[in-house]
Amino acid sequence: MAWTWFHRLASPPHVYRTAGRLTPWFAWPAAILIIAGLIGGLWLAPPDYQQGDAYRIMYVHAPSAWLSLMVYTLMAVAGGIGLIWRMKVAHALAAAAAPIGASFTFATLVTGSLWGKPMWGTYWQWDPRLTSELLLFFLYLGYMGLRAAFEDLQRADRVSAVLAVVGVINVPIIHYSVVWWNSLHQGPSVMYLGKPTMPPSMLVPLLIMFLGFTLFFGAVLLMRLRAEVLNRERAARWVSAALGGEPGGRWAGEEIGA
Amino acid sequence: MQAALPSVQLGRGSAPSAWGVARLMLERDLRLAFRKASQLVQPLAFFAMVTTLFPLAITPELSRLRHIASGVLWAAALLASLLALEFLFRDDAQDGTLEQYALSGRALTGLLSAKTAAHWLLTGLPLALMAPIAGVALGVPGRALPGILASVTLGTVTLSLLGAIGAALTLGVRRAGALLSLLTLPLAIPVLIFGAHATQLAIRGEPYGAPLTLLAALAVFGMTLAPLAAAAAVRINLE
Repeated sequence: MAWTWFHRLASPPHVYRTAGRLTPWFAWPAAILIIAGLIGGLWLAPPDYQQGDAYRIMYVHAPSAWLSLMVYTLMAVAGGIGLIWRMKVAHALAAAAAPIGASFTFATLVTGSLWGKPMWGTYWQWDPRLTSELLLFFLYLGYMGLRAAFEDLQRADRVSAVLAVVGVINVPIIHYSVVWWNSLHQGPSVMYLGKPTMPPSMLVPLLIMFLGFTLFFGAVLLMRLRAEVLNRERAARWVSAALGGEPGGRWAGEEIGA
Repeated sequence: MQAALPSVQLGRGSAPSAWGVARLMLERDLRLAFRKASQLVQPLAFFAMVTTLFPLAITPELSRLRHIASGVLWAAALLASLLALEFLFRDDAQDGTLEQYALSGRALTGLLSAKTAAHWLLTGLPLALMAPIAGVALGVPGRALPGILASVTLGTVTLSLLGAIGAALTLGVRRAGALLSLLTLPLAIPVLIFGAHATQLAIRGEPYGAPLTLLAALAVFGMTLAPLAAAAAVRINLE
């Protein structure tokens, strides 16, 4: 059946094993690409004629910003799949992804304000992108707060999935309203990403960093997903087997007894 | 809460239509709310209090207050409308009424829309009527008052709808106050932006049609989608 792979995704032990097998395929390329991108971006790329060396923070900032949005979307999609097909692993994936996405959002805010100090002369400017990134950070905090507020894991999963779907519909509305708000108050700030004339020596390391960060996210997500699945299935027999416990371990024994 | 149900003939052959049910629910919610009038007044008093803080904290000069009036009015309205949200579904969830709604065979989205409409009539509309008065106290010229009334009226519709989602999501959470604010406020930012801008334009005497239209668009968008999300969240929390 063509759908076998999809159904197998519903099986926690299968997901646990597959995620473990896939992790190095993400982690090693991520490490190589990030090192290459950093060398390319921090040493090989020429300084910018206007911003000098300050622009180099974009090699961390821009990929973080991309992931902050991508992870939220992924969370909403996973939540939607979990709601529609009642797939527990999808909820586990969303739960595993949320803190990573929040961290990338935080990294975007920090690097953005560090970049702002030499560029704007101040650590914080109510720039539309930084402001909507800040609001995205609050959305992440709300999501994680809602998840943590429930004792019952299944309810936490499904309620927070509804919130993620509502949030993802609102993210573009929030973003464009903030852009619109900003255009009323000040001229467009320096377009440091949409620069059409970025030479290849600057652009190539940036693209490498995008790919490297995304793979890094994939590796961390898979690791967190395994931990999440283990924690959720801690009462199951395959967990004690997978963790190398004796076959007559506590949980396994309980199951035989029952 | 049985006594609160309006005495309309139910179960005599023909079931009431969807509109009939919505009207019944509106009547019931309004009647219940007016029995506890002090709860109705609290958001308004809170709104007035927050508005009073700004002249005391910044300056009593009306010429300077006028410049920040739009921001003060909208921030106060946003906070005041949050205040009442926690009780939107709370009583009905505790005494099982909400469960009966979910089991009634009626579309839960429609029932929740009616409840949200009642909530708006009880908090949003009074806030909208009060905003021009607070505006006068902040030195806003009289010609700006229709604009303030229109923008707060439209904006609170969306706030009530977003609030219904937030209240439905946190139905099973014990002390939901701070969490509810954290969930609802980021989603309410577009309303704040367009609303405050319409108000500011009205105060300056410039045409404020564009942001008002956007506020109306948000309200219509919310009316179509928010009850779906609220109904999904209510069902999950009732399980």
